[in-house]
Amino acid sequence: MLEIIRQIPIDYYVWLSTALFCIGVFGVLIRRNAIVVLMCVELMLNAVNLLLAAFSTYLSDAQGQIMVFFIMVVAAAEAAVGLGILVMIYRNTKSTDISLLDKLRN
Amino acid sequence: MDSLIPLIPFLPFLGFVINGLFGKKLPKSVVGMIGSGVLLVSFLLSVMCFNEVGTGGAIRVQLYNFFTVDGLQADFGFLVDHLSVWMMLIVTGIGFLIHVYSIGYMHNDDGFWKFFAYLNLFIFSMLLLIMGNNFLMLFFGWEGVGLCSYLLIGFWYTNKEYGKAARKAFIMNRIGDLGLLLGMFMIFKMFGSLNYEDIFGSLASVRLDPTVITTICILLFIGAMGKSAQIPLYTWLPDAMAGPTPVSALIHAATMVTAGIYLVARCNPLYSLSPDAMHFVAAVGLATCIFAAIIGLRQNDIKKVLAYSTVSQLGLMFVALGMGAYASAMFHVTTHAFFKALLFLAAGSVIHGMGGEQDIRNMGGLRKAMPITFWVFLIGTFAISGFPFLSGFFSKDEIFAFTYAHGGKVWWGLAGFGAMLTAIYMCRLLYLTFFGEFRGTSEQEHHLHESPATMTVPLAILAGLSLAGGFLNTPHFLHLGNEQWLAHWFSWVIPIQEVHLGEATEWKLMTFTTTLAVIIIIVSYFIYTKKSSVPVPDAQQSGLTRLIANKFYVDEIYDFLFVRPIEKISRLFHYYVDVQGIDGIVNGVGTGVQKLGAGFRKLQNGNIEYYLIGMVAGVVLLLLSLFL
Repeated sequence: MLEIIRQIPIDYYVWLSTALFCIGVFGVLIRRNAIVVLMCVELMLNAVNLLLAAFSTYLSDAQGQIMVFFIMVVAAAEAAVGLGILVMIYRNTKSTDISLLDKLRN
Repeated sequence: MDSLIPLIPFLPFLGFVINGLFGKKLPKSVVGMIGSGVLLVSFLLSVMCFNEVGTGGAIRVQLYNFFTVDGLQADFGFLVDHLSVWMMLIVTGIGFLIHVYSIGYMHNDDGFWKFFAYLNLFIFSMLLLIMGNNFLMLFFGWEGVGLCSYLLIGFWYTNKEYGKAARKAFIMNRIGDLGLLLGMFMIFKMFGSLNYEDIFGSLASVRLDPTVITTICILLFIGAMGKSAQIPLYTWLPDAMAGPTPVSALIHAATMVTAGIYLVARCNPLYSLSPDAMHFVAAVGLATCIFAAIIGLRQNDIKKVLAYSTVSQLGLMFVALGMGAYASAMFHVTTHAFFKALLFLAAGSVIHGMGGEQDIRNMGGLRKAMPITFWVFLIGTFAISGFPFLSGFFSKDEIFAFTYAHGGKVWWGLAGFGAMLTAIYMCRLLYLTFFGEFRGTSEQEHHLHESPATMTVPLAILAGLSLAGGFLNTPHFLHLGNEQWLAHWFSWVIPIQEVHLGEATEWKLMTFTTTLAVIIIIVSYFIYTKKSSVPVPDAQQSGLTRLIANKFYVDEIYDFLFVRPIEKISRLFHYYVDVQGIDGIVNGVGTGVQKLGAGFRKLQNGNIEYYLIGMVAGVVLLLLSLFL
């Protein structure tokens, strides 16, 4: 397993996770549907997870993988809270469009 | 006695405090009693001082030390010597009479209490001016009387013109005060003290540059010019007639305006060292004497004539000072205080009887309705004109004798010409007012009445003084007794000056001027009691008459030369420096910050995407700056 992973150069992992992260960023910026925005946030977190796991394997250091678990826990908690807020927003506005959420303006 | 001396100025001050704080609630009779009562006490104390000084010499009272800074010791102390005690008698004595007169004159004025408070404050300031033992005290009093003069000229402040006259007096006096202040600075620099006795005592031992002395003298004289209304600073005094008539009598004839004479007489040791300054003083005095007398010839306001007469007489006093006859000048101050206070108060009585009318063209024939006023006015007129053996005769004649002896025939002739004009305009005033037919409205004729006793009694006393005042200081050659008494009285402060002309010449001079005065009094009777000599209305005046009646347009010239350019400059400064410059900067900072805020405010649009874009852009820029 370790051999297989190491057959692929580390550069590829970096490029892949950069691409995923950028997709996540642009998704957050461009999309207005709150669910998609949350998914894009997940995408960014997991892009980082991938990178951490890859480097952890290459360097034979378990610390990176421990970090991945922490991130996954936080991401799960974030998704739970985020989706909870989202449900409430939907109940109030009948919409999941985040650009409508500007009540604090002025 | 020494401990009572501070009471002399502070009693009037007490009167000022009581009348000023509670006068509004007190009945008028009480206000008048307090106002004139304190002065009576001050006068009696001054008489006591007079006796004390006569037997024991000058009294020095040191009350306390204002402050001492680097060699400048400012004391609050009094020097009551022969000169100041004489002035104290004049100020408190005439002041008391005028206070009593004011009770009658102002009896139905709403500001009765205020009037007496101001008058008492004036007496307080004037007494500090003459009793102080140093120049700082003098300056203190000098400014105090200036303030009171301002307050009293503008007493009827609801009239805009009167307010303007008050401001004019105040501002013109400031110009003179600058000279006085600079003179004081120079004195302190040269002598290291402001105390009279220190300064004059050190004159013998200290060798000083004559130009320095001359500069000091001329600077002090500029102060005197402002206060005593000499060319070119005289124009405020005629306008000062806007004040109530007792004020004109007290401040603008008898006392305050003679402060300049007192200043020069007090500094006589300095002036005697500087012939140039003396010439300057005499020249300014003579010019003022003649110029003001000419203007007085064609004035039709009863008080304006007297005002120009005052300016002219003050000029004559400065001629005397310039001739070194300090004692004669003080003698003329005294007699002038008597007869000019009398004339002003009598004029006030006329105005009172006429119900506020001041134009002599609307008077005439008043001698039947107001006999007492008529007789005292007649005495005053004859006294100022130099009728034999009245007060003005002695004091003016002495000045002429000195002018002849020290200045020569030309000076004497010019001074005599000024005196001749005085006799002419005063007789014109007398005859036009009291003789001939009544020219006012029938309403005024019904209103005509003699003034109450509070007014006529002071008039009678002043008339008595004007009649007999001259015998204080009679010339040697007449052998009347009491020869040169006042000059000898002053000899402690002012060295006796003798006229060395010989009895024959003195007789000739006196006969000449006196005959002239008597001829003028008689001839002008026939001229001015004729109907045709009543002055025409302003619109019909022509040529020289018009020029003189308009006071040679001096006010207009000053207006054009000084007032308007200064106003223009002020406007420029106001607009470009204040409104545009300073206000511009202050307002600019405010609006700049506001605009900046309005700009940044747009960033806070509450839209989450914008914030995110901002954040991402920031991170990207940070990374770029790290890696590139």
